[in-house]
Amino acid sequence: MTGRTLRRQPWAAPALLLLTLIGVGALVAAIDAGTQPATASGAPSQTQVAKGSALFAEGCASCHGPAGEGTTDGPSLIGVGAASVDFQVTTGRMPLAAPNVQAMRKPPSYDREETLALAAYVAALGPGPAIPSGSVVDEWRDASVAKGGELFRVNCAQCHNFAGRGGALSDGRYAPSLMSSTPLEIYEAMLTGPQSMPVFADTSLPPESKAEIIAYIENLKQEPNPGGLDLGRFGPVTEGLFLWTAGMGALVAAAIWIGARVR
Amino acid sequence: MTATITPPAGPVQRGAEATYDYLDQRLGLSALLKTNVRKIFPDHWSFMLGEIALYSFIVVLLTGTFLTFFYKPSVTEIIYDGSYLPLRGIPMSEAYASTLNISFDIRGGLLMRQIHHWAALFFVAAISVHMFRVFFTGAFRKPREFNWLIGVSLLVLALLAGFAGYSLPDDLLSGTGLRIAAGIMQSIPVVGTWLVFLAFEGEFPGTAFIPRLYTIHVLLVPGLILALITAHLILVFYQKHTQYPGKGRTNTNVVGYPLLPVYVAKAGGFFFIVFGVLTLISALVTINPIWLYGPYMPDQVTAGSQPDWYIGFLEGALRMMPAWELLIFGYPISLNVLVPALILPGLIFTLIALYPFIEAWVTGDRREHHLLDRPRNAATRTALGVMGLTFYVVLFINGGNDVIATTFDLSINSITWAMRILLILGPWAAFVVTKRICLGLQRRDRDLLLHGRETGRILRLPSGEFVEVHEPVSEERAAILMARQDVRPLPLPPATDADGVRTPGLWHRRVRSRLSQWWYRDDIPAVTPAELAAAQSHIRHELAAAESMGVLPHEPELSEALSRH
Ligand code: HEC
Ligand code: HEC
Ligand code: HEM
Repeated sequence: MTGRTLRRQPWAAPALLLLTLIGVGALVAAIDAGTQPATASGAPSQTQVAKGSALFAEGCASCHGPAGEGTTDGPSLIGVGAASVDFQVTTGRMPLAAPNVQAMRKPPSYDREETLALAAYVAALGPGPAIPSGSVVDEWRDASVAKGGELFRVNCAQCHNFAGRGGALSDGRYAPSLMSSTPLEIYEAMLTGPQSMPVFADTSLPPESKAEIIAYIENLKQEPNPGGLDLGRFGPVTEGLFLWTAGMGALVAAAIWIGARVR
Repeated sequence: MTATITPPAGPVQRGAEATYDYLDQRLGLSALLKTNVRKIFPDHWSFMLGEIALYSFIVVLLTGTFLTFFYKPSVTEIIYDGSYLPLRGIPMSEAYASTLNISFDIRGGLLMRQIHHWAALFFVAAISVHMFRVFFTGAFRKPREFNWLIGVSLLVLALLAGFAGYSLPDDLLSGTGLRIAAGIMQSIPVVGTWLVFLAFEGEFPGTAFIPRLYTIHVLLVPGLILALITAHLILVFYQKHTQYPGKGRTNTNVVGYPLLPVYVAKAGGFFFIVFGVLTLISALVTINPIWLYGPYMPDQVTAGSQPDWYIGFLEGALRMMPAWELLIFGYPISLNVLVPALILPGLIFTLIALYPFIEAWVTGDRREHHLLDRPRNAATRTALGVMGLTFYVVLFINGGNDVIATTFDLSINSITWAMRILLILGPWAAFVVTKRICLGLQRRDRDLLLHGRETGRILRLPSGEFVEVHEPVSEERAAILMARQDVRPLPLPPATDADGVRTPGLWHRRVRSRLSQWWYRDDIPAVTPAELAAAQSHIRHELAAAESMGVLPHEPELSEALSRH
């Protein structure tokens, strides 16, 4: 892992700031988190936790309780870990706008610094998966896309569709499209298993495999379509729709045209 | 053809004549052509829907032949090392690998695959639309019932061909489809498990099925389709094509254009249009991107696993059926699979096949029909057709319930429930609404004939009254509108004949008579020629009176229209 690739990440600067703040010991713990869900209790700075606590009281406590212990409107956050908070807040799911079957992805309400403060605060409530370090996440750049494809089809496609375009689950729930998820978000989603998604712990899906899956999803995002328009990559349903609208429309119009052209 | 001056024959023409002579002396072409080349075919765009089916089938045959050069029907496992990087090093069957090769390593292969697949989808779509044309115009009536039966067989064979082809690449979707097919076979009581063993030569998926499907897909089914299409077209030729009612068209003549040159030119041109449109779409729009689906592995499945559109109604039925199971003598009977996947399509296709005979029985109509019905004039049939279509479309939509749920942010469970209710209520509503619309149109036709066309010109009579000038409809229009004839429903049979003997088959004849009365019940009385004559002379008198009173300025155009009647 080189500094050059690290700097390419939009979140690199604040992350570095955090890393310096929590010191070398915590750094080691964070990298370790790649292999064993670590307690992100690696002593985040008092000021950060205090800031997080204030933000939490303001924006989250109404549903999750003043000490994150949970209310009827939101689950307990004790032990969900920094990774869960980071995922939920950067994808804009939290703070939840209104109770719904499922929290929707939307533009985030907090900047990077505030997000990390919230994560530090919740991490201090109880041990849980830490935010994976930049170097661990970045391993996807050298990972095998083909292996990732196989792992993706075994572990993810049944909910997120073969091309990561999303799919329906029961009772109005759905697995969203993965086309706008960043590698860090994908990593955190696997670590924390948001809502009806299962947790893919490092014991069952080791970090190398996670990197391969991310490599496959990143490849899907930019892979060109050799066959032309992809019709959303939803499979035969949109193909059928195209056939019965544009396709048969064109042929029947041609039949009418020729039919009218007599002599 | 009437030209009298013959220009000196050029080399091309001399060559053509010599060739013709050569062939004629050996094959007796003249005699054959003389009778057939000038055969008249009626003309209407809806008669070209069958041609779309024919031409897409030809395109399927041509491109399919190309694919057989490179496809390997084998499930032997190999490690892929072709040029599609995201699958390199992955174990897969030779069938899947060879399909990837066609897509990425054979020049023009991907285009050929896409034309083949799109053309197959168009083939089935065109067959269906063609069938609806034949249905709604009553073209299946005597003497064309056999051609209807051939048509239904073609439809079933087309579905079979499509399903077999869809399963050949051995990708994740086709494997999932086969697994469902195996499950359906298994649901057949008593023999199910045994049938699966027979077809797959052991447990699913096995190694035998894909090679077998291949033979079925490239040999058996296309052979049958080809043979049946030939029979179908020969029957169209010898029974003569039907025609829509119109001026000068009767049940005993055919008004149209000769096969050569007009019809052949049109048909030839249309073939190239169909081929062109199919190629254009295939060049621009992806179909069945198997490289994204990945190879079939029994432990994998993807969201959005769907069959091609023509199997969609079965998928929808499967997704709609509640999970019911019976236990008979300790054997589970999976109604949740058996009913939607076997009993339902069996019923649907049997009903379609028998329809011409059922209708003839109900109406008691044994006449030959070479003039088509306008759909409104056969209100009950049209309503029944829309009823069936509604049932089918509801099943079809439910086949894509997951994609609809994600696209429109709905719950898949509520969609399924809505579709269950619609499946039961929708067809009845469709029947009632369609019948009403047809009767409304019948009434409008009657009004048009009896009261003439509204011209939009208002007259003020000397009495101060305002009237609108009506004009008789044109002769062409009148011929079309007059095509409907009143048919008397079958009378209720007397319980006993004159000698007091009980009528034989009384119950059966009663049912039939009731059905027949229901069939024609609400029809608006057709206009008789006498009524028409009276009505037209009335319109004419009114106009003449208005003219003579000076209320209506003399209009040569109008009086001309009048005097034609
Ligand atoms: C309107 C109520 C509401 C508010 C406000 C709210 N949450 Fe939540 N939160 C929920 C609910 C409900 C869930 C469960 C969501 C789900 O399963 O889709 C949840 C889930 C979470 C989770 C995932 C828990 C897990 O099991 O992994 C995290 C982390 C979280 N919230 C953090 C926050 C933070 C941080 C804030 C403040 C910025 C916040 N929430 C504000 C209602 C709320
Ligand atoms: C059982 C179904 C299921 C499986 C299997 C599953 N997911 Fe998910 N996934 C979900 C659901 C549901 C959500 C949405 C959670 C929410 O909205 O709170 C989700 C969300 C995500 C997100 C966040 C997307 C966004 O909109 O921000 C990512 C990234 C993700 N999943 C990746 C994966 C990967 C990678 C795998 C395979 C290792 C996987 N998922 C397997 C159901 C699943
Ligand atoms: C492989 C599929 C099929 C092909 C290639 C095909 C082709 C044709 C063609 C070219 C015609 C003459 C033009 C026309 O009326 O459109 C025709 C007529 C006809 N077809 Fe088909 N057809 C197919 C399937 C069917 C099906 C599924 C049915 C009904 C179930 C059907 C029933 C009929 C009937 C009754 C006629 C005579 C129509 C008339 O004379 O008005 N055909 N077919």
